[in-house]
Amino acid sequence: MPDRYCAWCGHPESEGEHATCRRRLASIDPPRYCPECARRMVVQVTPSGWTARCSRHGESASAPSVG
Amino acid sequence: MTVAAHKAEDIAPGQDVLDAAREQVLERGVGLSEQQVLAVLRLGDDRIQELLALAHDVRMRWCGPEVEVEGIVSVKTGGCPEDCHFCSQSGRFPTPVRAAWLDIPGLVEAARQTAETGATEFCIVAAVRGPDKRLMSQVREGIRAIEDAGIDIQIACSLGMLTQDQVNELVEMGVHRYNHNLETARSHFPEVVTTHSWEERWETLRMVREAGMEVCCGGIVGMGETEEQRAEFAVQLAELGPHEVPMNFLIPQPGTPYEDYEVVDGKDALRIVAAFRLAMPRTMLRFAGGRELTLGDLGAEQGMLGGINAIIVGNYLTNLGRPASRDLEMLDELSMPIKALNDTL
Ligand code: SF4
Ligand SMILES: [Zn+2]
Ligand SMILES: [Zn+2]
Repeated sequence: MPDRYCAWCGHPESEGEHATCRRRLASIDPPRYCPECARRMVVQVTPSGWTARCSRHGESASAPSVG
Repeated sequence: MTVAAHKAEDIAPGQDVLDAAREQVLERGVGLSEQQVLAVLRLGDDRIQELLALAHDVRMRWCGPEVEVEGIVSVKTGGCPEDCHFCSQSGRFPTPVRAAWLDIPGLVEAARQTAETGATEFCIVAAVRGPDKRLMSQVREGIRAIEDAGIDIQIACSLGMLTQDQVNELVEMGVHRYNHNLETARSHFPEVVTTHSWEERWETLRMVREAGMEVCCGGIVGMGETEEQRAEFAVQLAELGPHEVPMNFLIPQPGTPYEDYEVVDGKDALRIVAAFRLAMPRTMLRFAGGRELTLGDLGAEQGMLGGINAIIVGNYLTNLGRPASRDLEMLDELSMPIKALNDTL
Protein backbone atom coordinates (compact mmCIF):
# COMPACT_ATOMS: atom_id res chain seq x y z
CA MET A 1 0.00 0.00 0.00
CA PRO A 2 1.49 3.39 -1.01
CA ASP A 3 2.02 5.74 1.87
CA ARG A 4 1.19 9.07 0.20
CA TYR A 5 -1.26 10.16 -2.49
CA CYS A 6 -1.19 13.18 -4.77
CA ALA A 7 -3.61 15.81 -3.48
CA TRP A 8 -4.42 16.93 -7.01
CA CYS A 9 -5.03 13.70 -8.94
CA GLY A 10 -5.48 11.21 -6.11
CA HIS A 11 -2.97 8.68 -7.47
CA PRO A 12 -0.07 7.30 -5.43
CA GLU A 13 2.81 9.78 -5.28
CA SER A 14 5.24 6.97 -6.07
CA GLU A 15 3.49 6.09 -9.35
CA GLY A 16 3.46 8.19 -12.48
CA GLU A 17 4.25 11.82 -13.12
CA HIS A 18 2.89 14.56 -10.87
CA ALA A 19 4.70 17.63 -12.16
CA THR A 20 1.50 19.17 -13.58
CA CYS A 21 -0.36 18.31 -10.38
CA ARG A 22 2.27 20.08 -8.32
CA ARG A 23 2.20 23.12 -10.58
CA ARG A 24 -1.57 23.39 -10.28
CA LEU A 25 -1.42 22.94 -6.49
CA ALA A 26 1.23 25.62 -6.23
CA SER A 27 -0.78 28.11 -8.25
CA ILE A 28 -4.51 27.76 -8.76
CA ASP A 29 -5.90 24.64 -7.10
CA PRO A 30 -6.58 23.65 -3.51
CA PRO A 31 -5.99 19.98 -2.61
CA ARG A 32 -8.87 17.75 -3.65
CA TYR A 33 -7.73 14.29 -2.49
CA CYS A 34 -6.59 13.31 0.98
CA PRO A 35 -2.82 12.66 0.83
CA GLU A 36 -3.21 9.86 3.37
CA CYS A 37 -6.06 7.83 1.91
CA ALA A 38 -6.91 9.40 -1.49
CA ARG A 39 -10.55 10.01 -0.51
CA ARG A 40 -12.11 13.02 -2.22
CA MET A 41 -12.26 15.80 0.35
CA VAL A 42 -14.96 18.39 0.96
CA VAL A 43 -13.19 21.62 0.06
CA GLN A 44 -14.30 25.15 0.80
CA VAL A 45 -12.45 27.96 -0.92
CA THR A 46 -12.76 31.42 0.68
CA PRO A 47 -11.33 34.76 -0.51
CA SER A 48 -8.13 34.27 1.45
CA GLY A 49 -7.70 30.53 1.83
CA TRP A 50 -9.23 27.06 1.81
CA THR A 51 -10.21 24.23 4.11
CA ALA A 52 -10.32 20.58 3.08
CA ARG A 53 -11.97 17.82 5.08
CA CYS A 54 -11.39 14.08 4.75
CA SER A 55 -14.11 11.97 6.37
CA ARG A 56 -11.38 9.76 7.86
CA HIS A 57 -8.42 12.07 8.47
CA GLY A 58 -10.05 15.34 9.43
CA GLU A 59 -9.56 18.91 8.30
CA SER A 60 -6.57 20.70 6.85
CA ALA A 61 -6.33 24.35 5.88
CA SER A 62 -4.19 26.76 3.89
CA ALA A 63 -1.46 28.62 5.70
CA PRO A 64 -2.71 31.91 7.19
CA SER A 65 -2.63 34.57 4.48
CA VAL A 66 0.03 37.21 4.58
CA GLY A 67 -1.46 40.67 4.15
CA MET B 1 -35.36 43.40 -24.52
CA THR B 2 -34.70 41.56 -27.76
CA VAL B 3 -31.52 40.31 -29.31
CA ALA B 4 -31.49 42.81 -32.16
CA ALA B 5 -28.89 42.95 -34.89
CA HIS B 6 -25.98 45.17 -33.91
CA LYS B 7 -25.71 48.37 -35.89
CA ALA B 8 -22.41 47.97 -37.57
CA GLU B 9 -20.10 50.77 -38.52
CA ASP B 10 -18.14 49.04 -41.20
CA ILE B 11 -14.51 49.67 -41.88
CA ALA B 12 -14.00 51.67 -45.04
CA PRO B 13 -11.88 49.81 -47.58
CA GLY B 14 -8.23 50.40 -46.87
CA GLN B 15 -8.88 51.97 -43.46
CA ASP B 16 -6.92 50.69 -40.53
CA VAL B 17 -9.14 49.39 -37.76
CA LEU B 18 -7.19 51.15 -35.01
CA ASP B 19 -7.44 54.47 -36.87
CA ALA B 20 -11.17 53.90 -37.19
CA ALA B 21 -11.41 52.97 -33.50
CA ARG B 22 -9.53 56.12 -32.47
CA GLU B 23 -12.14 58.30 -34.12
CA GLN B 24 -15.20 56.17 -33.39
CA VAL B 25 -14.55 54.76 -29.92
CA LEU B 26 -12.08 57.13 -28.32
CA GLU B 27 -13.54 60.37 -29.68
CA ARG B 28 -17.23 59.52 -29.95
CA GLY B 29 -17.67 56.66 -27.48
CA VAL B 30 -19.30 54.38 -30.05
CA GLY B 31 -18.33 50.72 -29.61
CA LEU B 32 -16.83 48.68 -32.42
CA SER B 33 -19.05 46.57 -34.69
CA GLU B 34 -18.68 42.82 -34.99
CA GLN B 35 -16.64 43.15 -38.15
CA GLN B 36 -14.38 45.70 -36.51
CA VAL B 37 -13.90 43.56 -33.40
CA LEU B 38 -12.90 40.68 -35.64
CA ALA B 39 -10.35 42.90 -37.40
CA VAL B 40 -8.90 43.82 -34.00
CA LEU B 41 -8.67 40.17 -32.96
CA ARG B 42 -6.72 39.51 -36.16
CA LEU B 43 -4.13 42.25 -35.66
CA GLY B 44 -0.56 41.00 -35.79
CA ASP B 45 1.66 40.72 -32.74
CA ASP B 46 3.49 43.85 -33.88
CA ARG B 47 0.31 45.90 -33.30
CA ILE B 48 -0.50 44.63 -29.80
CA GLN B 49 1.18 47.46 -27.90
CA GLU B 50 -0.60 50.05 -30.01
CA LEU B 51 -3.90 48.21 -29.48
CA LEU B 52 -3.45 48.01 -25.71
CA ALA B 53 -2.52 51.69 -25.52
CA LEU B 54 -5.68 52.65 -27.41
CA ALA B 55 -7.87 50.39 -25.24
CA HIS B 56 -6.30 52.01 -22.17
CA ASP B 57 -6.99 55.52 -23.53
CA VAL B 58 -10.59 54.51 -24.19
CA ARG B 59 -10.98 53.17 -20.66
CA MET B 60 -9.44 56.33 -19.15
CA ARG B 61 -11.58 58.62 -21.27
CA TRP B 62 -14.94 56.87 -20.79
CA CYS B 63 -14.54 55.19 -17.38
CA GLY B 64 -11.71 57.00 -15.61
CA PRO B 65 -8.73 55.73 -13.62
CA GLU B 66 -10.59 54.00 -10.76
CA VAL B 67 -10.53 50.23 -10.46
CA GLU B 68 -13.40 48.38 -8.84
CA VAL B 69 -12.21 45.63 -6.54
CA GLU B 70 -14.43 42.68 -5.71
CA GLY B 71 -14.24 39.48 -3.73
CA ILE B 72 -16.37 36.40 -4.34
CA VAL B 73 -17.28 33.30 -2.40
CA SER B 74 -19.15 30.12 -3.10
CA VAL B 75 -21.93 29.40 -0.58
CA LYS B 76 -23.01 26.22 -2.29
CA THR B 77 -20.27 24.37 -4.12
CA GLY B 78 -20.61 21.45 -6.53
CA GLY B 79 -23.47 19.09 -7.27
CA CYS B 80 -25.04 21.34 -9.91
CA PRO B 81 -27.57 19.58 -12.17
CA GLU B 82 -26.51 21.59 -15.25
CA ASP B 83 -23.89 20.44 -17.76
CA CYS B 84 -21.80 23.52 -18.57
CA HIS B 85 -18.82 21.72 -20.08
CA PHE B 86 -16.20 23.98 -18.52
CA CYS B 87 -17.47 23.66 -14.97
CA SER B 88 -15.93 21.59 -12.20
CA GLN B 89 -19.11 22.04 -10.17
CA SER B 90 -21.42 20.18 -12.53
CA GLY B 91 -22.66 16.99 -10.91
CA ARG B 92 -22.70 15.36 -14.34
CA PHE B 93 -18.94 15.05 -14.75
CA PRO B 94 -16.47 12.98 -12.71
CA THR B 95 -14.64 15.98 -11.25
CA PRO B 96 -12.88 15.95 -7.88
CA VAL B 97 -15.14 18.72 -6.54
CA ARG B 98 -17.48 17.54 -3.80
CA ALA B 99 -20.63 19.33 -2.70
CA ALA B 100 -20.17 21.80 0.16
CA TRP B 101 -22.25 24.50 1.87
CA LEU B 102 -20.71 27.51 3.56
CA ASP B 103 -22.38 28.38 6.87
CA ILE B 104 -23.36 31.91 7.88
CA PRO B 105 -20.33 32.59 10.12
CA GLY B 106 -18.12 31.44 7.24
CA LEU B 107 -19.92 33.78 4.86
CA VAL B 108 -19.56 36.73 7.22
CA GLU B 109 -15.86 35.98 7.61
CA ALA B 110 -15.44 35.86 3.82
CA ALA B 111 -17.18 39.25 3.53
CA ARG B 112 -14.90 40.63 6.24
CA GLN B 113 -11.75 39.36 4.52
CA THR B 114 -12.96 40.91 1.28
CA ALA B 115 -13.75 44.27 2.85
CA GLU B 116 -10.33 44.33 4.50
CA THR B 117 -8.67 44.40 1.09
CA GLY B 118 -10.47 47.67 0.31
CA ALA B 119 -12.91 45.92 -2.01
CA THR B 120 -16.33 47.49 -2.34
CA GLU B 121 -18.13 44.48 -3.79
CA PHE B 122 -18.80 41.07 -2.36
CA CYS B 123 -20.47 38.51 -4.57
CA ILE B 124 -22.29 35.52 -3.09
CA VAL B 125 -22.29 32.65 -5.57
CA ALA B 126 -24.06 29.28 -5.67
CA ALA B 127 -23.66 26.36 -8.08
CA VAL B 128 -27.29 25.85 -8.98
CA ARG B 129 -29.60 25.98 -11.98
CA GLY B 130 -31.63 28.47 -9.98
CA PRO B 131 -32.14 29.09 -6.27
CA ASP B 132 -34.58 27.09 -4.15
CA LYS B 133 -36.23 28.23 -0.91
CA ARG B 134 -33.34 26.97 1.21
CA LEU B 135 -30.75 28.91 -0.78
CA MET B 136 -32.84 32.09 -0.85
CA SER B 137 -33.25 32.02 2.91
CA GLN B 138 -29.53 31.27 3.39
CA VAL B 139 -28.71 34.32 1.26
CA ARG B 140 -31.23 36.46 3.14
CA GLU B 141 -29.83 35.39 6.48
CA GLY B 142 -26.27 35.85 5.24
CA ILE B 143 -26.86 39.40 4.02
CA ARG B 144 -28.49 40.30 7.30
CA ALA B 145 -25.55 38.82 9.25
CA ILE B 146 -23.02 40.76 7.12
CA GLU B 147 -24.92 43.97 7.83
CA ASP B 148 -25.26 43.17 11.53
CA ALA B 149 -21.51 42.61 11.71
CA GLY B 150 -21.07 46.19 10.46
CA ILE B 151 -19.17 45.16 7.33
CA ASP B 152 -19.38 48.01 4.88
CA ILE B 153 -19.58 46.38 1.47
CA GLN B 154 -22.07 46.16 -1.38
CA ILE B 155 -23.63 42.78 -1.97
CA ALA B 156 -23.96 41.12 -5.35
CA CYS B 157 -25.33 37.64 -6.01
CA SER B 158 -24.92 34.94 -8.62
CA LEU B 159 -27.51 32.23 -8.07
CA GLY B 160 -28.36 31.05 -11.56
CA MET B 161 -31.63 31.54 -13.38
CA LEU B 162 -34.33 33.40 -11.48
CA THR B 163 -38.11 33.69 -11.44
CA GLN B 164 -39.67 37.13 -11.25
CA ASP B 165 -40.54 36.54 -7.60
CA GLN B 166 -36.93 35.70 -6.81
CA VAL B 167 -35.74 38.81 -8.64
CA ASN B 168 -38.10 40.89 -6.52
CA GLU B 169 -36.97 39.15 -3.36
CA LEU B 170 -33.29 39.87 -4.08
CA VAL B 171 -34.05 43.55 -4.69
CA GLU B 172 -35.89 43.68 -1.40
CA MET B 173 -32.88 42.06 0.37
CA GLY B 174 -30.75 44.93 -0.89
CA VAL B 175 -28.77 43.01 -3.52
CA HIS B 176 -27.58 45.76 -5.84
CA ARG B 177 -26.01 43.73 -8.64
CA TYR B 178 -26.70 40.32 -10.13
CA ASN B 179 -24.20 38.22 -12.02
CA HIS B 180 -25.39 35.85 -14.67
CA ASN B 181 -22.99 35.08 -17.50
CA LEU B 182 -24.04 34.40 -21.07
CA GLU B 183 -20.71 32.50 -21.11
CA THR B 184 -20.08 32.56 -24.86
CA ALA B 185 -21.48 33.63 -28.23
CA ARG B 186 -25.09 32.66 -28.82
CA SER B 187 -24.04 30.53 -31.79
CA HIS B 188 -21.54 28.58 -29.66
CA PHE B 189 -23.62 28.18 -26.52
CA PRO B 190 -25.33 24.87 -27.51
CA GLU B 191 -21.85 23.31 -27.79
CA VAL B 192 -21.06 24.34 -24.23
CA VAL B 193 -24.35 23.78 -22.39
CA THR B 194 -27.25 21.49 -23.32
CA THR B 195 -29.39 21.63 -20.17
CA HIS B 196 -30.56 25.21 -20.67
CA SER B 197 -30.40 27.80 -23.40
CA TRP B 198 -28.71 31.13 -24.00
CA GLU B 199 -32.19 32.64 -24.31
CA GLU B 200 -33.17 31.41 -20.84
CA ARG B 201 -30.12 33.15 -19.47
CA TRP B 202 -31.02 36.30 -21.40
CA GLU B 203 -34.51 36.22 -19.85
CA THR B 204 -33.08 36.29 -16.30
CA LEU B 205 -30.87 39.22 -17.29
CA ARG B 206 -33.89 41.07 -18.68
CA MET B 207 -35.80 40.66 -15.40
CA VAL B 208 -32.77 41.70 -13.34
CA ARG B 209 -32.33 44.85 -15.39
CA GLU B 210 -36.03 45.76 -15.27
CA ALA B 211 -36.08 45.33 -11.51
CA GLY B 212 -33.37 47.96 -11.22
CA MET B 213 -30.42 45.78 -10.21
CA GLU B 214 -27.12 46.32 -11.97
CA VAL B 215 -26.46 43.64 -14.55
CA CYS B 216 -23.14 41.80 -14.44
CA CYS B 217 -22.71 39.52 -17.42
CA GLY B 218 -19.65 38.08 -19.09
CA GLY B 219 -18.22 34.75 -20.01
CA ILE B 220 -15.27 32.52 -20.61
CA VAL B 221 -12.88 32.55 -23.53
CA GLY B 222 -11.04 29.46 -24.67
CA MET B 223 -13.94 27.03 -24.94
CA GLY B 224 -13.37 26.08 -28.56
CA GLU B 225 -15.07 29.17 -29.99
CA THR B 226 -13.79 30.64 -33.24
CA GLU B 227 -12.41 34.15 -33.62
CA GLU B 228 -15.66 35.08 -35.34
CA GLN B 229 -17.59 33.84 -32.33
CA ARG B 230 -15.43 35.91 -30.00
CA ALA B 231 -16.37 38.96 -32.04
CA GLU B 232 -20.00 37.85 -32.04
CA PHE B 233 -19.94 37.52 -28.26
CA ALA B 234 -18.43 40.98 -27.78
CA VAL B 235 -21.23 42.67 -29.69
CA GLN B 236 -23.91 40.54 -28.08
CA LEU B 237 -22.66 41.72 -24.70
CA ALA B 238 -22.50 45.29 -25.97
CA GLU B 239 -26.14 45.00 -26.99
CA LEU B 240 -27.12 43.76 -23.56
CA GLY B 241 -25.29 46.79 -22.16
CA PRO B 242 -24.35 45.32 -18.79
CA HIS B 243 -22.94 47.48 -16.04
CA GLU B 244 -20.10 45.01 -15.70
CA VAL B 245 -18.50 42.31 -17.87
CA PRO B 246 -16.36 39.73 -16.05
CA MET B 247 -13.85 38.11 -18.40
CA ASN B 248 -12.70 34.62 -17.59
CA PHE B 249 -10.13 32.52 -19.41
CA LEU B 250 -10.75 28.81 -19.37
CA ILE B 251 -9.06 26.86 -16.61
CA PRO B 252 -9.21 23.27 -17.91
CA GLN B 253 -10.83 21.42 -15.03
CA PRO B 254 -10.05 17.73 -14.49
CA GLY B 255 -13.00 15.47 -15.22
CA THR B 256 -14.86 17.98 -17.40
CA PRO B 257 -15.21 17.62 -21.17
CA TYR B 258 -12.74 20.53 -21.52
CA GLU B 259 -10.05 19.08 -19.26
CA ASP B 260 -7.53 18.79 -22.10
CA TYR B 261 -8.20 22.15 -23.72
CA GLU B 262 -5.22 24.42 -24.18
CA VAL B 263 -5.22 27.57 -22.10
CA VAL B 264 -5.67 30.75 -24.12
CA ASP B 265 -2.41 32.15 -25.42
CA GLY B 266 -1.33 35.26 -23.49
CA LYS B 267 -1.14 37.52 -26.54
CA ASP B 268 -4.57 36.39 -27.69
CA ALA B 269 -5.95 37.06 -24.24
CA LEU B 270 -4.63 40.63 -24.35
CA ARG B 271 -6.08 41.14 -27.85
CA ILE B 272 -9.44 39.88 -26.56
CA VAL B 273 -9.40 42.16 -23.52
CA ALA B 274 -8.62 45.18 -25.66
CA ALA B 275 -11.16 44.24 -28.33
CA PHE B 276 -13.89 43.88 -25.69
CA ARG B 277 -12.97 47.30 -24.32
CA LEU B 278 -13.24 48.80 -27.79
CA ALA B 279 -16.65 47.13 -28.22
CA MET B 280 -17.85 48.44 -24.83
CA PRO B 281 -16.13 51.75 -24.05
CA ARG B 282 -18.22 52.57 -20.95
CA THR B 283 -18.66 49.14 -19.38
CA MET B 284 -16.80 47.97 -16.32
CA LEU B 285 -14.50 45.24 -17.63
CA ARG B 286 -13.36 42.87 -14.93
CA PHE B 287 -10.46 40.44 -14.84
CA ALA B 288 -11.97 37.28 -13.38
CA GLY B 289 -10.81 33.65 -13.34
CA GLY B 290 -7.98 32.17 -15.36
CA ARG B 291 -5.79 35.25 -15.72
CA GLU B 292 -3.13 33.69 -13.49
CA LEU B 293 -2.78 30.72 -15.84
CA THR B 294 -3.14 32.57 -19.12
CA LEU B 295 -1.32 35.81 -18.43
CA GLY B 296 0.81 35.43 -15.32
CA ASP B 297 1.91 38.48 -13.33
CA LEU B 298 3.28 40.52 -16.20
CA GLY B 299 0.25 39.89 -18.41
CA ALA B 300 -2.13 40.90 -15.65
CA GLU B 301 -0.39 44.26 -15.53
CA GLN B 302 -0.58 44.61 -19.30
CA GLY B 303 -4.31 43.85 -19.12
CA MET B 304 -4.77 46.60 -16.53
CA LEU B 305 -3.06 48.91 -19.02
CA GLY B 306 -5.09 47.50 -21.91
CA GLY B 307 -8.71 48.14 -21.06
CA ILE B 308 -9.45 46.37 -17.77
CA ASN B 309 -10.83 48.53 -14.95
CA ALA B 310 -12.01 46.02 -12.35
CA ILE B 311 -10.61 42.91 -10.71
CA ILE B 312 -11.57 40.01 -8.52
CA VAL B 313 -9.03 39.79 -5.72
CA GLY B 314 -8.17 36.74 -3.69
CA ASN B 315 -9.52 33.32 -4.47
CA TYR B 316 -12.33 32.31 -6.80
CA LEU B 317 -15.06 29.71 -6.27
CA THR B 318 -13.11 26.48 -6.58
CA ASN B 319 -9.77 27.85 -7.76
CA LEU B 320 -7.18 29.98 -6.04
CA GLY B 321 -6.10 33.42 -7.20
CA ARG B 322 -2.90 35.19 -6.34
CA PRO B 323 -2.91 36.90 -2.93
CA ALA B 324 -5.02 40.07 -2.81
CA SER B 325 -1.99 42.00 -1.55
CA ARG B 326 -0.16 41.33 -4.82
CA ASP B 327 -3.01 42.82 -6.88
CA LEU B 328 -3.31 45.81 -4.57
CA GLU B 329 0.43 46.47 -4.88
CA MET B 330 0.09 46.25 -8.64
CA LEU B 331 -2.70 48.88 -8.64
CA ASP B 332 -0.59 51.09 -6.43
CA GLU B 333 2.38 50.80 -8.77
CA LEU B 334 0.15 51.62 -11.72
CA SER B 335 -1.24 54.64 -9.82
CA MET B 336 -4.76 53.34 -10.28
CA PRO B 337 -6.98 54.28 -7.35
CA ILE B 338 -9.39 51.72 -5.94
CA LYS B 339 -12.96 52.78 -6.49
CA ALA B 340 -14.52 53.93 -3.23
CA LEU B 341 -17.82 52.70 -1.85
CA ASN B 342 -20.89 54.21 -3.50
CA ASP B 343 -18.93 55.86 -6.29
CA THR B 344 -20.36 55.08 -9.65
CA LEU B 345 -17.91 54.45 -12.40
S1 SF4 C 1 -25.04 26.35 -13.95
FE1 SF4 C 1 -23.19 27.25 -13.01
S2 SF4 C 1 -22.53 25.83 -11.41
FE2 SF4 C 1 -24.00 24.75 -12.72
S3 SF4 C 1 -22.72 23.64 -14.21
FE3 SF4 C 1 -23.29 25.61 -15.14
S4 SF4 C 1 -21.63 27.02 -14.61
FE4 SF4 C 1 -21.44 25.22 -13.25
ZN1 LIG D 1 -0.91 13.86 -9.23
ZN1 LIG E 1 -8.05 10.70 4.38
